[in-house]
Amino acid sequence: MNGKEPSKGRRGDSAGAIRMRRLAALEALHPRLEEERTVVVTIMGAVAAELQSLGHRPGFFYLQHAMGLASSIGLGIAVCRPELTVVVLDGDGSVLMNLGGLTTLGRYRPSNLVHIVFDNESLLSVGGFPTATATGADLARIAAAADVPRTGRADTPEEVLDAYDRAVESREMTTIVAKVEDHYAAPAETVGFVTPLGLLENRFQFARHLETLKGPRI
Amino acid sequence: MPVSIDHSRLIYDALKSHGVRLISALPETWLVHLVRFAEEDPDTILVRLAKEEEGVGLSMGAHFAGVRSALLMQNHGFLASVNGIVSGAQLFRVPLLMLITARGEFGESDPWQTEGGLVTRHLLDALRIPRDDLTAPEHVAERIAKAHVLAHASNRPVALLLGRDLMWEPA
Repeated sequence: MNGKEPSKGRRGDSAGAIRMRRLAALEALHPRLEEERTVVVTIMGAVAAELQSLGHRPGFFYLQHAMGLASSIGLGIAVCRPELTVVVLDGDGSVLMNLGGLTTLGRYRPSNLVHIVFDNESLLSVGGFPTATATGADLARIAAAADVPRTGRADTPEEVLDAYDRAVESREMTTIVAKVEDHYAAPAETVGFVTPLGLLENRFQFARHLETLKGPRI
Repeated sequence: MPVSIDHSRLIYDALKSHGVRLISALPETWLVHLVRFAEEDPDTILVRLAKEEEGVGLSMGAHFAGVRSALLMQNHGFLASVNGIVSGAQLFRVPLLMLITARGEFGESDPWQTEGGLVTRHLLDALRIPRDDLTAPEHVAERIAKAHVLAHASNRPVALLLGRDLMWEPA
């Protein structure tokens, strides 16, 4: 192979298939995400813009940049605040940039952390370059091998919601890989990927909101 | 020349006295006792990292959660964390207390540590990260206190460089 990709084309297991829209999966999840003791850390780009378009809540933090660290931030919140459900909305490009972080999730596996990876097999926001999941890397298997207690794949919004509910019920840290379409149309109020909510405004609002949810000291 | 248990204890106690409850670390020789104290302390959450940049995320999460934290790493780990520091802690104005072992400076006998030693302070300065040195037991508590105060007043990262003269002691 001389170090080259064996094939320049996509050869993910569902190449050519029609995938679910990320927005549809987010719509299915949104009622869960706005529950009072649930907080969300999401990566930037399409996920952030679409989540915000469905209705921002003070418990949503949009990590606009610092690619790869959404799961680490979620882990930090989860181990400090076991009384909350912490949902990380991640992406294939971000997870691939912090694969070691998956082993840290597997190692500490907080029972209140649900890690959802929207895998569109693409670095969409910078022009749609295929990631290694487009050529066969399987993030659910990588997460399982990193010792994340529960892992699975979801291909429809119903499967995403069902996997989410089972993750919360099980009280075991779960990584759900949701295979989604490599497509994004900027929602109203959003220019490109720049959302109306200011980055620092969101950050301070989020921290203040977590303060109001203070439970018993651990 | 062992790593100083007493001085490590002094640093650990100072962190605790300022309310640090989460410590993330990628261990190296000089940090061995500090990491052990964190592990043995039931009131401290210790997160052992695969790569230091994760620790920036851990501290961001802890801060949002209302918990004070510190990130322990070698200077080469700091070099590996720069984007997380810039695009995470600095962009989002998060106080981040970094304790960085200053490898590669005078007295360094490991050839592989020497390049990092040349650039660490310059890089901290380029990033406008306030820094101070911990080199003697007399000033450890006071400098950790001041670093902590500045990090929280400015909502930015600060760095304390752990020096050879503090961390090592004659056998």
